[in-house]
Amino acid sequence: MSIALFRIDDRLIHGQVVVGWGQPLDCTFIVLVDDEVRESDWEQDLYRMGVPPHIEIIFASVSEAAERLPGWEGDPRVGILLVPDIDTAAALVGKSDRVKRLNVGGIHHRAGRTERLRFVYLTDDERAKLKQLAAGGVDVTAQDVPTARAVPLTEFA
Amino acid sequence: MSEPLRGVIVSHAAIAQALVSAVTVITGIDGALVPISNEGCDNDALADRLRQAVGERPAVLFVDLPGGSCLTNSIRYAKQHADIAVVTGVNLAMLLDFVFHRDVPPAEAARRAVDAGAKAIRVTAA
Repeated sequence: MSIALFRIDDRLIHGQVVVGWGQPLDCTFIVLVDDEVRESDWEQDLYRMGVPPHIEIIFASVSEAAERLPGWEGDPRVGILLVPDIDTAAALVGKSDRVKRLNVGGIHHRAGRTERLRFVYLTDDERAKLKQLAAGGVDVTAQDVPTARAVPLTEFA
Repeated sequence: MSEPLRGVIVSHAAIAQALVSAVTVITGIDGALVPISNEGCDNDALADRLRQAVGERPAVLFVDLPGGSCLTNSIRYAKQHADIAVVTGVNLAMLLDFVFHRDVPPAEAARRAVDAGAKAIRVTAA
């Protein structure tokens, strides 16, 4: 089944991802795409602590992820790919035509952002970037946990 | 130590607040514990909440799960500040013990809390 979920989540690896999505999907590997985390052994150790031993974590830069995506898609295991923000998602889409859908799972409040959904806050620029991704053929929806409805982009951006 | 340790409970949803309320009801001790929820927080916002709750004092951070944003941000905070210990799997029993034993260094208080919390987990006879 390869990568079952391409998710934008500013908390990266946390309970909703590992338990909420990981259990029903029977996920056994998580790809964390973040250029900064990729360069920090200590940050990687931190994220490994939050994952049960049967789940492998792969840390990748955007460029590495674009290069290795075909391999992960051919993996017989089920995986989740995480990016921390819309810019990283857009960068990955720019380098790989294999990202066909994006789950906006958690973008929280900070200055300049307004609430679009309970778990999605966006600046005008971020809304425009999501619309641009959708215009390029990526199916963008927002859904924090599997039991919730996948909200179409037109309803939150 | 000049001032008793502070305990900061870092949790999902309203667990932390509920634990603080329960400790106060049971012991009558108020102000020893500070609740933090990760509700609505990205990592930066949760780090801010930790900074505000802990300040520059020694503290023990009691985290609900041994993984996730509450833990990663607590460990990140402990790495950047002296005299901070982190305990995972917070439960009411460990907090009840902690609030009566806060005149020790954070690492010692953390070990003691873990012992007390672990002893409270058992299968009882019907």
